[in-house]
Amino acid sequence: MKIQKILNILTLLTGAIAVTSLSLWIGKQSYSWLPPQAAAESLLIDDLISFLVTLGAFIFLGVTSTLMYSVIFHRAVKDDFTDGPPIEGNITLEVVWTAIPILLVLWIAGYSYQVYEQMGIQGPSEIVHLHNPLGMESAYAEPKDAPANALAEPVEKIDVLAKQWAWVFHYPERDITSTELHLPSDRRIRLALKSQDVLHGFYIPAFRLKQDIIPNHAIDFEFTPIRPGKYRLTDSQYSGTYFATMQANVVVESPEDYQQWLAQAATQKPSIANNQAASEYAQTSHQSVQTGWVTVPPAAPPLVNSPG
Amino acid sequence: MTNVPIEGILLPDEKHNHESPSNWKEYFSFSTDHKVIGIQYLVTSFFFFLVGGIFAMVMRGELMTPESDLVDRTVYNGMFTMHGTVMLFLWTFPSLVGFANYLVPLMIGARDMAFPRLNAVAFWMVPVVGILMMGSFFVPGGPAQAGWWSYPPVSLQNPTGNLINGQVLWLLAVAISGVSSIMGAVNFVTTIVKMRAPGMGFFKMPLFVWAVFSAQIIQLFGLPALTAGAVMLLLDLTAGTAFFDPAKGGNPVMFQHYFWFYSHPAVYVIILPVFGIFSEIFPVYSRKPLFGYKVVAVSSMLIAVVSGIVWVHHMYVSGTPGWMRLIFMMTTMFVSVPTGIKVFAWVATIWGGKMRLNTPMLFALGALVMFVFAGITGIMLSSVPVDVHVNNTYFVVGHFHYVLYGTVTMGLFAAIYHWFPKMTGRMYSESWGKIHFWLAFIGTNLNFLPMHPLGLQGMLRRVASYAPEYQFWNIIASLGGFLLGMSTLPFIFNMVISWMQGEKAPANPWRAIGLEWLVSSPPPVENFEETPIIISEPYGYGKSERLTANLPE
Repeated sequence: MKIQKILNILTLLTGAIAVTSLSLWIGKQSYSWLPPQAAAESLLIDDLISFLVTLGAFIFLGVTSTLMYSVIFHRAVKDDFTDGPPIEGNITLEVVWTAIPILLVLWIAGYSYQVYEQMGIQGPSEIVHLHNPLGMESAYAEPKDAPANALAEPVEKIDVLAKQWAWVFHYPERDITSTELHLPSDRRIRLALKSQDVLHGFYIPAFRLKQDIIPNHAIDFEFTPIRPGKYRLTDSQYSGTYFATMQANVVVESPEDYQQWLAQAATQKPSIANNQAASEYAQTSHQSVQTGWVTVPPAAPPLVNSPG
Repeated sequence: MTNVPIEGILLPDEKHNHESPSNWKEYFSFSTDHKVIGIQYLVTSFFFFLVGGIFAMVMRGELMTPESDLVDRTVYNGMFTMHGTVMLFLWTFPSLVGFANYLVPLMIGARDMAFPRLNAVAFWMVPVVGILMMGSFFVPGGPAQAGWWSYPPVSLQNPTGNLINGQVLWLLAVAISGVSSIMGAVNFVTTIVKMRAPGMGFFKMPLFVWAVFSAQIIQLFGLPALTAGAVMLLLDLTAGTAFFDPAKGGNPVMFQHYFWFYSHPAVYVIILPVFGIFSEIFPVYSRKPLFGYKVVAVSSMLIAVVSGIVWVHHMYVSGTPGWMRLIFMMTTMFVSVPTGIKVFAWVATIWGGKMRLNTPMLFALGALVMFVFAGITGIMLSSVPVDVHVNNTYFVVGHFHYVLYGTVTMGLFAAIYHWFPKMTGRMYSESWGKIHFWLAFIGTNLNFLPMHPLGLQGMLRRVASYAPEYQFWNIIASLGGFLLGMSTLPFIFNMVISWMQGEKAPANPWRAIGLEWLVSSPPPVENFEETPIIISEPYGYGKSERLTANLPE
């Protein structure tokens, strides 16, 4: 009897250790499921995702291995149609497993709040005319892991215009328009997001950042790119027929290269940009047999200095 | 026989014969018998499940390759809009209402619902909704293409210029579906409050009844918001009002509030009855009482209450101020507490039992495992910073398909197999049931698990074309989707053949405890010859108590 009890405790301990180490390993793996970390905010978010994956894996493995154990060892013997032990409840156990999720929720919410505050991505505040009661002032501060000079020389506010179905970027200081978003790395970027027609969403997976753009609302958006390279900007809010084509390149480069690009683009005459939605629309409307339904015609392709 | 008033409610004084429906015609004609209506709901909604499934197949076919090459973009957009709409409004809602209709009066010892004619009218609005939805494929401009959310301004763009277009029909259908569900909710709440058999206090009700009760209370406070939003959008679209049209000074974000105020709780309207189904099935096939019965019952009500303050988590990135994002993050995460209580209670019920892996138990176990997974990704989504990254990506699609297929649809199959002998008086084939389970379980995971890595990498939902680096996981998902489609064939085969020539079912084939198992299979019209008098709590496995004072057991 005593040996049986010790054996049970040993089985439980081995199981717990196996589940814990497996969860920690899965949590570490989670970084490899994500795109490159190209913005300061992505470092914070990836740590949070890894934490949640670890915790989630622990819960999932815990519950499923208990269920699997029951499926294997608590099966009715063939022809045994009697009932199991009539255990209806256990107050201590029920209190404990109500308390555990409450504590977990508080922990996850606290950590998420901290990360969100450090991101300081802004967004609109004019929709609800209320001041932040939760001390979001620090949202304007730089992210914890951002390079020290990120706020030293913030970039001019770049205008981002979304329309069905094109992205247009305007740099007001030099009056340059582009279909490619060029950004200097290690600087706090400020965008003014506007939509010409429907809801759109500004989303760069490599930055882990997203913000809906609402017609008639100017929406400020801030972040800090940290890794030079070429990334994709996509429209994350469904915007109609050619939604999937509404993409643009985002080029993160050193501040010097960025200045050089600005200077070079300023010398170019505006030309009509390539636009996938417009060319697909022209193609399908010339087909002799219509294979789809009528659609909203795409807006005219933008005139840009730098077609990218 | 004439009905006796039960606790102040008068049943309609109609002549019924005492036999259960004996031919097909009765299931396709106007009837006020809650059991016939229940089966009408189930058969109708299953038809639309197949329709919605075909739309899904077209989408998965399109997504096999990165380019938009199988169907036109407008066709793809119509497909995902109608897939979402049909699966929610014509499959999950009506099928669960079908079960509730069939089971609630039986489980509480009532002869019918409180308002049998209202019940029938509510059902017959479902085919009307279906005809309007399907009719939209044949009007100029085709079906609605703005997604099942139908966010303005996209939903207000009407390229055909006709007044009769897919979006108008869609909005009419959604509004009618809302009215039908409100009628149902009034009926269920009244029935459960007023028509329980003598001796059945609230804490003697089966957990399925608790779950239906909580879910229908959500319908009562939530649906008016959705229906109002749909009507306002309809006016914007047809009468030139400017509630949501930004070009005329309207606010499109207001529509999102109207929409999600109901449409997030709607998920609990769907899943609470499935939780109820789990709570009915696990004790029977583990042969143990449900662990923590009272806590599980109260947790359903708690979910209903909290569900009223979670809707903004769909709008974290749609222009919601920071303080609001954080409040709704807390309330959303709090849903995991009552849900966690339920999961622990089911695991404890199974633990140490004498388990039999019949088809209903297999489906319930598979659904429970997939629900735990969905719950974990749900917590991740409720966290604002994570949601900022994965919102509107395939991570969300994966999460809610684990909820809606992995949990709800699999739970529905568990229920269909479990109560099939009761409803039809015939046994189903256990081996075909198991083939169905394994195909569906493997198909579900192959289909929806790859959506999580896709979403984390940034693949958006609702796209007809995508970057080539996403192709690998999309092929796996599509193959899983086709397997899932195939998995319904053995189910249909099993149901049709068994219903026609299955072995005759006894009153209680599973040796289950519950009022519905004390009447014959299928139960007679008006259910009980004599109103049962309840003397013990439900789930008395291993306790050898009598459930009623008067019915033969």
